[in-house]
Amino acid sequence: MDPETWQIISLTLGVAVLSTVLILPLGVALAWLLARPGWRGKSLVETLVALPLVMPPVATGLILLRLLGRRGPLGYWLEEKMGIEIVFTWRAVVIALAVMSFPLLVRTARVAFQEVNPRLEQIARTLGAGELRVFFTVSLPLAGRGIVAGTLLAFARALGEFGATIMVAGNIPGRTSTIALSIYENVLLGHDSAAFRLLAVSVAMAFAAVWASEFLMRRRAAAP
Amino acid sequence: MKLALKRIQLPLGRWALEMDVELEGQVIAIFGPSGAGKTSTLDLIAGLRKPRTAHIALDGTVLEDTSHGRRLAPQERGIGYVPQDGALFPHLSVMGNLNYGSRRTNGSSLFSTEHVAEVLEITHLLSDGIGSLSGGEKQRVALARALLSQPRLLLLDEPLASLDEKLKSRGLDLLRRIHGEFAIPMLYVSHSREEIAAICDQVICLAEGRVTQRGAPEILA
Repeated sequence: MDPETWQIISLTLGVAVLSTVLILPLGVALAWLLARPGWRGKSLVETLVALPLVMPPVATGLILLRLLGRRGPLGYWLEEKMGIEIVFTWRAVVIALAVMSFPLLVRTARVAFQEVNPRLEQIARTLGAGELRVFFTVSLPLAGRGIVAGTLLAFARALGEFGATIMVAGNIPGRTSTIALSIYENVLLGHDSAAFRLLAVSVAMAFAAVWASEFLMRRRAAAP
Repeated sequence: MKLALKRIQLPLGRWALEMDVELEGQVIAIFGPSGAGKTSTLDLIAGLRKPRTAHIALDGTVLEDTSHGRRLAPQERGIGYVPQDGALFPHLSVMGNLNYGSRRTNGSSLFSTEHVAEVLEITHLLSDGIGSLSGGEKQRVALARALLSQPRLLLLDEPLASLDEKLKSRGLDLLRRIHGEFAIPMLYVSHSREEIAAICDQVICLAEGRVTQRGAPEILA
């Protein structure tokens, strides 16, 4: 493979890993909270979290562009006060991937937390454990496989993201051009062999991530 | 042990658990048919359920008093709970389960892991996983785990229900030995008259959430 293709693959892997790592703490915490029985505003939070799953990705990208653009409320503040430029940089790619893959992590992890036998958490409390210890020693380990499966799904989603990314980060070779964006561009330019090379890489990576996620889900279902 | 369960009101589906009793004894049984509210009573004492109204006190320490908005969290009550299925942590070994709530022994060997495991005859299982244990072994590990937290009161929810007759009689001997050795008062839920007669000094009978009888185990005869 030529250096340009390697650069596209490494950029894609880098931003996908970074976005997945970034959403992990908040995603797991939110999933745990959503697995707790009825609290005020829960259904509103659930709906907001699910929105990027059902909205057109370009629409989510447009919202991000408005928020993070130089004249956007967040983008203006970040550039003026912190000197951080977001749109049309690799940071915008990371944010777009994070927003688009967040619902997959939260929904999978929430189900994993819901499947933890609440009796075990109760008994842990009678043994002197406070909420934090119950979370880290009972809930999290027992939901662990589901959380890893959700993380892999989110990573797979991030690898293939297109719509939101092109809106907020554009398609700048060497800076924001991921595998999905490069396939699109190569097809437009009639570079079919380059497009198919990237397609093969994309399929292999997505297959590995989804297969690993499914494997973990099956093992979780079979666990005692 | 003196256990006050006063002004208890806990809605439970079709009916409510309603109690107003003071219990005194070392091994007290709660007797009644399935669905009478026995496990809910234990949950209430352990702080795992929130009642509508209640004044619950153990040896003068108020655990819950809804009229004054007082409520001790389950982890602050010092009450050991052995549920019917043992509720062992499946991701931990037997040793991991025992150590979970284990308190420092301050030099005393009575509540050391080794001694408790020896009394409950589970020393050979310490490095095993939970999945390989039989029903009786799981119950003994759950009992050891609760004992190691050095509770002021031990709640036992039908601990012998899953055992056959031969193992039941061994289980009763073991419970007697535990009570003699560790001197921890017990609240013992069962629907077996024989078990209650063998081990308890007091009994309350529950039906649809209400106390219908109380006294010495002989009242069940």
